[in-house]
Amino acid sequence: MVEIRWHSRAGQGAVTGAKSLGDVVSTTGKEVQAFALYGSAKRGAALRAYNRIDDEPILNHAKFMNPDFVLVIDPALAFSDNITEHEDSDTHYIITTHLSKEELIAGIPALQGREDRVFTVDCVQISLDTIGRSIPNAPMLGAFVKISGMFELDYFLENMRRVLSKFPQKIIDGNMAAITRAYEEVK
Amino acid sequence: MAEKYDLQEREVWDGNFAASQALRQAQVDVVAAYPITPSTPIVENYGSYVANGYIDGEFVMVESEHAAMSGCVGASAAGGRVATATSSQGFALMTEVLYQASGMRLPIVLAVVNRSLASPLNVRGDHSDMYLGRDSGWIQLDCFNAQEAYDLTLCTFKIGENHDVRLPVMVHQDGFITSHTAQNVYPLRDEVAYGFVGEFKPVDDMLDFSRPVTYGAQTEEDWHFEHKARQHKALMDSRSIIDDVFVQFKEISGREYKRVESYMMEDAEVAIVALGTTVETCIIAARELRKEEGVKAGVVAPRCFRPFPFDKIRDALGNVKAIACLDRSSPGGAMGALFNEVSAAIYTTDARPLVTNFIYGLGGRDFSIAEAKRIFKEQKAHVDAGKITTDIQQFSGLRGPHLGFFQTKRS
Repeated sequence: MVEIRWHSRAGQGAVTGAKSLGDVVSTTGKEVQAFALYGSAKRGAALRAYNRIDDEPILNHAKFMNPDFVLVIDPALAFSDNITEHEDSDTHYIITTHLSKEELIAGIPALQGREDRVFTVDCVQISLDTIGRSIPNAPMLGAFVKISGMFELDYFLENMRRVLSKFPQKIIDGNMAAITRAYEEVK
Repeated sequence: MAEKYDLQEREVWDGNFAASQALRQAQVDVVAAYPITPSTPIVENYGSYVANGYIDGEFVMVESEHAAMSGCVGASAAGGRVATATSSQGFALMTEVLYQASGMRLPIVLAVVNRSLASPLNVRGDHSDMYLGRDSGWIQLDCFNAQEAYDLTLCTFKIGENHDVRLPVMVHQDGFITSHTAQNVYPLRDEVAYGFVGEFKPVDDMLDFSRPVTYGAQTEEDWHFEHKARQHKALMDSRSIIDDVFVQFKEISGREYKRVESYMMEDAEVAIVALGTTVETCIIAARELRKEEGVKAGVVAPRCFRPFPFDKIRDALGNVKAIACLDRSSPGGAMGALFNEVSAAIYTTDARPLVTNFIYGLGGRDFSIAEAKRIFKEQKAHVDAGKITTDIQQFSGLRGPHLGFFQTKRS
């Protein structure tokens, strides 16, 4: 079982990101789960979204998890939210930031000692450049594809095209560019 | 002619979307609705299917849930296939009309996305609204995940509309935990689903002008009792038809449902009885405990909450030594409903298991695998001691000091 926790603000697309990821993963024959902790959340409020991926049907409905991957798509939440909560010794972090990895870790004591498991990418800038708005979910998917090694980039792009097929071509193209660029830039 | 909806063999849907697809495939004629969180997308999606030509039906916007169910009563009495969805406060406001619908024997389908009842206001999932519907004369089916929300919503039409049943049916799913959790769902093709549900054949429809009928008549002490007795008998007798429908559903889908679901009960010594998504969480806990500590744990779940499966509960729990009944609704000064009903069923057998009650998960409080394991182990401790070693009713997952009531008088 692979468990993923997204840290986001309402409106940044973590819920859509988690559901899109689930959608693509399901095409590989795996069972998926995507959900979020929100409710009457207002735009800008901190929220968490979650994925589970397994070979067997997923019966666990608890919100609690020891995440294998923590995806932070809001730069400030890396500092203000408890992103290492319930981590284990192999939790990987992918964090949106304009800072270098060293600068980021220097500012977040909880990440110290995890240098080899922390990866950074500027999803906000990438989405501004490619989609024209700050929608950091799509680039985060690209970064996740790279770090997790779960798929080939081309396979993921092809399936994301299907997930996004109801949108105008311009938006699909922007998302494809965002995913590709984050895949290449995450480090 | 309705537009063809593009369906994959495997979809990733949340419970709300799954339920709305079942309404589309059943070709519901009328949805009268007043949307409320977390059930909103069910009727919202139905509205979009109508607007986009995927279904030849009518979405009736109304001014309250009371009016929503009243609209459903009217449309059903007129002779249409009718459904709506609600949660929580909306369900509470509907309650008066729920009794009217069942008393008039109208096979309306109500998708209930379970949510707590105020006060304090809370949008998350517990079973307060499901429990509020307990005596309303509706059949109540309970889903544990999104696949089941799809499957059982299809089954509700076939059960309620059966001419030997003619009763309204609620299909419950857990707010957010099921309704907003996307997972793999394997839908049926439209023609297979509709072939299963079948064409709606109304009884005493008001639009049949050649045969005028009255709905909602007044009966005082002369006939009221006989009407309610017949209604209760119809509910009790629906058990075998529910069983039949589940068999037929398995034939087209390969997925099997029973009025009481049992997991790992063949040799179980301790059991949890629960509803909703908690059932699946407890299954994992039982599997792990069996592997890790050799505790013979099993899970029993009423799939059909009403009519209460008194018969099948006895069959499922006849051989266990300790049972924890988990109620996700504030019991309001009593033992939880599952505890009371399960205990009453078991009491009519030779078995005398130790039965305890846990109140948990109110307002969406998380229920973890670890907590389910703890509860199983506590049951094991009762078995080893030969008596209940804790309070009979306890609160699970509550912050602050332990809260529990009543101790055993069996030594």
